[in-house]
Amino acid sequence: MQNYFHSVTLDEKRCKGCTNCIKRCPTEAIRVRKSKARIIAERCIDCGECIRVCPQHAKKAITDPIETINSFKYKVAIPAPSLYGQFESKYSRNQILNALRRIGFDMVYEVAKAAEIVSSATRKLISEKNFKKPLISSACPAVVRLIQVRFPNLLDNILKLESPMEVAARIVKSEAAEKYKLAADEIGVFFISPCAAKVTSVKAPYEKEKSAVDGVISINDVYVKILLTMGKVKNGEELDLAGNEGISWAKPGGESIALGSDKFLAVDGIHNVISILEEIENDKLNDMEFVEALACTGGCLGGPLTVVNPYIARTRLKKHIEEARKKSKPDTGEKEYIQDLVWTGNVEYKPVMKLDEDFQKALKKLEALNQINKELPGLDCGACGAPSCRALAEDIVRGIANETDCIFKLREKVRSLAIQMMELEKKMPPVLDKDTNGHGDEDNNESR
Amino acid sequence: MGDNVIKLDYVIPGDDFSVAGEASSNVKKVLNQLGIPPFIVKKATISMYEAEINSVIHAGGGNAHVEIDNEKIVVEITDQGPGIPDIELAMQEGYSTAPDEIRELGFGAGMGLPNIKRYSDELEINTEVGKGTTVRITIRLKA
Repeated sequence: MQNYFHSVTLDEKRCKGCTNCIKRCPTEAIRVRKSKARIIAERCIDCGECIRVCPQHAKKAITDPIETINSFKYKVAIPAPSLYGQFESKYSRNQILNALRRIGFDMVYEVAKAAEIVSSATRKLISEKNFKKPLISSACPAVVRLIQVRFPNLLDNILKLESPMEVAARIVKSEAAEKYKLAADEIGVFFISPCAAKVTSVKAPYEKEKSAVDGVISINDVYVKILLTMGKVKNGEELDLAGNEGISWAKPGGESIALGSDKFLAVDGIHNVISILEEIENDKLNDMEFVEALACTGGCLGGPLTVVNPYIARTRLKKHIEEARKKSKPDTGEKEYIQDLVWTGNVEYKPVMKLDEDFQKALKKLEALNQINKELPGLDCGACGAPSCRALAEDIVRGIANETDCIFKLREKVRSLAIQMMELEKKMPPVLDKDTNGHGDEDNNESR
Repeated sequence: MGDNVIKLDYVIPGDDFSVAGEASSNVKKVLNQLGIPPFIVKKATISMYEAEINSVIHAGGGNAHVEIDNEKIVVEITDQGPGIPDIELAMQEGYSTAPDEIRELGFGAGMGLPNIKRYSDELEINTEVGKGTTVRITIRLKA
């Protein structure tokens, strides 16, 4: 099992070893060592927060270069609905989709279309009332992984239905296979992604053995190509099949509104998500039926692999949503997929914060941790490479840091050493000391 | 050696709802670091949270003292508030003496003490009208 595959990685050459990323990481998964940021693999949830805050652009998401599509006979692009918000309002959704196809794909199928299938399956699930309230959306893989490492009591609340991306991939694969008599491995399905977490969910899925998606290309990588092609595709084939419901998934609240219930809460931004999950864990939001939690501020439109500002993107998306609302939705008969969307795999608690397997030892370590923490200056400056004094104390008891990693502690030690040295400096072995017995040379007399 | 005891102390500031719940949230982190099973962590944090909120609403804050050992988690919340004149009544679901402005904030639904009872293994309340209240919650780590 590739338990700890991560899309978020570090470009060593660019990293200056500053403390921006360690301070923002929601799972305290980054330490600076030898002037380079190190990601603790088992803690990272691929939220991409570090990619966003790094002033050196040293944090990257590993995505597939667009050339990868050439290793497949039949190439399909499945764009996330957030793609539409990246372009100026003068371009229609159909233009964007046709331009995307022209850059090298045989077929384009909107993930927004599959989102509608997931919405309808979720509605069914809610109407059957057979779920733990509130149901927490699994649309954002970073949130699911966050729950795995920090909120084990909420694992049962996760909506265990396949993501629109997976559903879209399955639909296009079976359609293309049937239509063109292709073998499964001849069809390459590529997700056009706003985020790093989706790469991880394709390379190391938690909900099933293997993802139906063959590769993930970042929106950033196709953006200019689409823009340059857009002019050539005034009247392309009709590819914009999704309705307003599916397109709305790109923005916070979109998935919730499609459920037709008032009892929902939509939260975006990883740190806001954490406080809402705390509330749920404390049984404070039991009156909600559905909680949509998205790691990025602005939802998927704010993904680290997008191009434009999420608020501008949201305004642009509004136009596409309105247009889709006016246009009658063609029934493409995907209803049959609803039945088998339930996850075959499951998400389990990963107790990555645990200090020791043995409870007694853990208690001891915790005691030591509290003691060390008390002695630290409490400035949370990050100069030691850990995000906070408490995190340094934790690292010390785990044996991966020293007290003198704290520059204030080091300064204190140096000072007391200096004082000791000064004191020692005054002392002389009696045989060398010309002062002590009065038999010294005459030039010592003044010092009496 | 089974005599390790972790002691944690927190001050619960009164009349400040923005920080109410911070102590129990900190305790939750600690319990997770100890590798205590999630459902026990939940029992401890919810009951402590409710007691913490109670001290903010009714008593202008107080102190939280937590002890964790091999067998149990004990949370003691002490305040110098008005005390509880009728404990039996206070234990009833829906009964609350919280003023309206607190209810408007979404607190004071009369579920505090009943919830603590529900989530704790042992609950001991020592109260004296005019002097204050100590709520002692025990959560056992082993069945």
